[in-house]
Amino acid sequence: MSGQTISEKIFSRAARKPVLAGEFVLADIDCAMTHDITGPLAVKGFYKILEGRKEKRVWDPDKIVILFDHQVPADSLDAASNHMMLRSFAEEQGILNYDIYEGVCHQVMPEKGHVLPGDLIIGSDSHTCTYGALGAFSTGVGSTDMASAFATGKLWFKVPQSIKFEISGKLPDRVYAKDVILHIIGDVGADGATYAACEYCGPTVKDMNISERMTMCNMAIEMGGKAGIVEPDEKTETYLKVRIPGFKFDSRWRSDEDADYVRRHEYDISALEPQVACPHNVDNVKGVSEVEGTKIDQIFIGSCTNGRFEDLKVVAEVLGDNKIAEGVRVIIIPASRDEYMKVLKAGFIEQFVEAGVLVEAPCCGPCMGGSFGLLGDGEIGLATSNRNFRGRQGSAKAFVYLCSPATAAASALKGRITDPRAV
Amino acid sequence: MDKGNVWKFGDNIDTDAIIPGRYLTINDPKELAKHVFEGARPEFAQNVAKGDIIAAGRNFGCGSSREHAPLALKGAGIYCIIAKSFARIFFRNAINIGLPVLECKEAERISEGDALKVDFKKGIIENETKKEKYQVVSMPEFILKIMESGGLIEYTKARL
Ligand code: SF4
Repeated sequence: MSGQTISEKIFSRAARKPVLAGEFVLADIDCAMTHDITGPLAVKGFYKILEGRKEKRVWDPDKIVILFDHQVPADSLDAASNHMMLRSFAEEQGILNYDIYEGVCHQVMPEKGHVLPGDLIIGSDSHTCTYGALGAFSTGVGSTDMASAFATGKLWFKVPQSIKFEISGKLPDRVYAKDVILHIIGDVGADGATYAACEYCGPTVKDMNISERMTMCNMAIEMGGKAGIVEPDEKTETYLKVRIPGFKFDSRWRSDEDADYVRRHEYDISALEPQVACPHNVDNVKGVSEVEGTKIDQIFIGSCTNGRFEDLKVVAEVLGDNKIAEGVRVIIIPASRDEYMKVLKAGFIEQFVEAGVLVEAPCCGPCMGGSFGLLGDGEIGLATSNRNFRGRQGSAKAFVYLCSPATAAASALKGRITDPRAV
Repeated sequence: MDKGNVWKFGDNIDTDAIIPGRYLTINDPKELAKHVFEGARPEFAQNVAKGDIIAAGRNFGCGSSREHAPLALKGAGIYCIIAKSFARIFFRNAINIGLPVLECKEAERISEGDALKVDFKKGIIENETKKEKYQVVSMPEFILKIMESGGLIEYTKARL
């Protein structure tokens, strides 16, 4: 057998036999996450599978995590009853439920130590691919897949081919991981990595901290990827040591030199300018200079893509003591309670509120357009999140641009899309 | 063999277009169907008939993992979806809930309103309007079994 990619190694362990890309496997799941939007259908499916049986237990309650983040706190009666249903399911089955308290799923899962290098993790949310930042193979599935996993602890997969994204160069001033991944998605297209594991490597990725790697992996799905993944290293170890008592680094989880890749892309980002994804597709990416001056009605800074302390620190730096421009609404939402506390202790919350920003408690907020902060007909939004599909953040007649926290903050000062290097 | 009329869509039809986020608290397919393609194609929900077929370009169903998207289409009576290619999670979800999805390299030859006959077993699409036949990309045996069982729930149930 030739060498294996890290993804093939993880599937080999989970399927208990050596496998390569293209093979179909029934694999053991190490952890399964579900939330308030997709959870109710998963629970219904689970009970349907076990219909007629006396014992209606999940395969292993210790390997399931439930939390609420999309409609938090409950913003409608339907949301309230979905929350209640999941609450009682968790209690009855003895499953850990973070309820509404901790924040956005993809921030909470790594942060609370539910993600280990080499793990096979599923979540009933497409951005589950985020956890690849720690060297896990994690992927989004639907509610019925989740129901089946609840019942059996296993799921079928086609072991994915891998695409290698080798990134080199020092990130220029006010250019970040978000700009890099937008640039890549613009380059390969919305279906450029369909079904594949997107393996990010090279000196730039080595230099990135876990927060930045999460931004990179988070958006793998926006080019169709099944997962984003970064080889774990000493940064991963440092991140996990403080979160998981007795964590031991395992050097097995890396791609072999002679592993097979369907494609390789190389990028030198040392001259990259800040990037913006324009309506209505994530791969409609332009340099900020091309869209500078576009008037904005609402700016949302947060989400599982860019709602961490590191992101909000950049926002605080760019804002300084200034107030946001008149006529623009700015909403900042730290992605989790832990991140919120860090931001709070650093004094940023006060700074944001002074600047005229609306700061909300950890949740998905306007990202999915399913809760508060919707855009109306004809309005233009700028967001640090990951999707700008038509209707994603409210009206189908609204427009959404995506960018880095720095570009969002600079634009908040002007009320127009602004190059963060200019402020 | 079954017949249906075509609703034609382009490339990269995303799950937010199929069912917007604000309806995701709804779990009933019939209720979801009332809002299917609401923003993208407002006349769809009103006029879609049981047995109709969707034909589309590349990357159909990209975006979120919401099973509400294929469920809304199933609830609307859509018989099957034919596309040049599908986004991964949508493809899985559709099979898992028993909504047939067929990958067809010649999907772009199909036009709005065409009458199609689909033979799942042989993997052949017959375009009665254009008098043409197209081959479907074949699927692995066990995925066909999931489809034949009516979805993953029934499939898993039978194997527990
Ligand atoms: S923040 Fe946005 S992308 Fe992330 S889980 Fe929430 S809705 Fe999904």
